[in-house]
Amino acid sequence: MHRGSDFKAEPRGEREVVITRSFAARRELVFEALIRPALIRQWLGALKGWTMVECEFDGRVGGAYRYLWHGPNGERMGLRGVILEFRAPELIVSSEQYDDPWYPGDATAAFTLTEQGGRTTVVLTVTYADRATRDAVLGTGMASGVAASYDGLERILSAVTESHVDREER
Amino acid sequence: MHARRPDRHEAATLDAVFSALADGTRRDILARLMDGPASVTELARPFAMSQPAVSKHLRVLERAGLVARGQEAQWRPRRLNAGPLRTATAWLADYREFWEGSFDQLDRLLDSLDGSASRPRSPQRRGNDAPRL
Repeated sequence: MHRGSDFKAEPRGEREVVITRSFAARRELVFEALIRPALIRQWLGALKGWTMVECEFDGRVGGAYRYLWHGPNGERMGLRGVILEFRAPELIVSSEQYDDPWYPGDATAAFTLTEQGGRTTVVLTVTYADRATRDAVLGTGMASGVAASYDGLERILSAVTESHVDREER
Repeated sequence: MHARRPDRHEAATLDAVFSALADGTRRDILARLMDGPASVTELARPFAMSQPAVSKHLRVLERAGLVARGQEAQWRPRRLNAGPLRTATAWLADYREFWEGSFDQLDRLLDSLDGSASRPRSPQRRGNDAPRL
């Protein structure tokens, strides 16, 4: 998709999904972009006709955040969370829940930021309630490591995805 | 976090589809049905399990809408129904796209901010809710 990006999304352990991306910016600046509503609005989820209409983020332990997006066809997606750990500019851990969750239990999202040679790597680790939920969220479309153990399914999904692509002009 | 939250109908579909797909035997059955309709006996053949056990897996797949039962012959062939898988696949693609796309936008935002950040500071007015850096 985005060439030149080192974006990765992969499973780890039993219950985690790990998403990694590095940025050519100082860690303090990246951290600001993760915690300031005026900045969050400019990058989080503003994709394919979706807009963020509510964005609050109270960056401290026990602080809450609230995001609400509107979709191109009148859909609403709302998310709220509570911050469990907060250490500028290196760590934000929160528990999060969708307004209308479709998977059991809360998920925990942890952002860690490390800087080396002027580049900052952001690792987002999302931990789900159990393995089944994680695997469901992850599926096979996401990480080749999992796909390898899902041979039959992978074949099915890729065939279906192709027809989906034709239909939806992704 | 995820991509777009599925609507109620999609969410029910996804729940059923994902739990149906959580089992290796059921994934193998679906893979077999990719090649065309098959009877329960045919589907049971590659597995070291009884026909009733396979039927049980088939019922889970049928409830998830992934497998349909043909009426045309006495052996009522099972066939793959790809609709619910499309919902699941679209959603999974969204998950990855959500983060990849969002982080691409963050990259561009950081680029635009970087000129004004020779030293770490907030590009916005510091609010009361902000931590000291």
